[in-house]
Amino acid sequence: MAQNDNVRYLNPPTVEVRKKKYCRFKKAGIKYVDYKDPEFLKKFLNEQGKILPRRITGTSLKFQRKVAQAVKRARSLALLPYVTDLLK
Amino acid sequence: MLKQYETVFIATPVLSDAQMKEAVAKYTDFIRNNGGEIVYEEDWGLKQLAYPIQHKTSGFYYLIEFKAEPEFVANLEIQYKRDERILRFLTVALDKDAVAYAEHRREMKASGKSTPAPAAEAPKAEDVEDVTEYDVEPVETKED
Repeated sequence: MAQNDNVRYLNPPTVEVRKKKYCRFKKAGIKYVDYKDPEFLKKFLNEQGKILPRRITGTSLKFQRKVAQAVKRARSLALLPYVTDLLK
Repeated sequence: MLKQYETVFIATPVLSDAQMKEAVAKYTDFIRNNGGEIVYEEDWGLKQLAYPIQHKTSGFYYLIEFKAEPEFVANLEIQYKRDERILRFLTVALDKDAVAYAEHRREMKASGKSTPAPAAEAPKAEDVEDVTEYDVEPVETKED
């Protein structure tokens, strides 16, 4: 069959260009994660106030530990909730 | 050798200004009288709590940075525990990065910017700003 050698797609095949994740702390040269800044820490929480995993945020292990520590401190000072809905 | 610490406490919202000042003076004096030195103090004022503590939804936050002997911290925390006006407290030892950050934060406050960028050194606004860059939003937690 002559038609087979130029195959047409109904939808153009989507080539996913995924942006490489990076650790924002390493990139920005941040060395200390502050627990006193809840607005910044909220970037690492989901709507329920749970800490987002590294696989989503791209944070390196070193800073993920620091973020977790800071979030927990902020929670104990009532700067962040332990449990909630619709944090953002 | 003196180590640098940072303590935040939450006092009950029922205190008057004078009572709050007195409570703060109690702890600053307590630090000074026990061989510590106050590096920095900051009044955050009355803030809404993220969840109720002792049936209260707001509290006076106060931050003190100080240098003291490590043995002193336990005494300070005992004072907090005995004080009915204190809802919550947190004392943290500052390592060298934290000290650098604290200094930077102080400078930012002094120069009139209310919220310092959370960078320890070389505050790069654009790096901190690009929050939405990565695909954070759709977090489908499976348990619900």
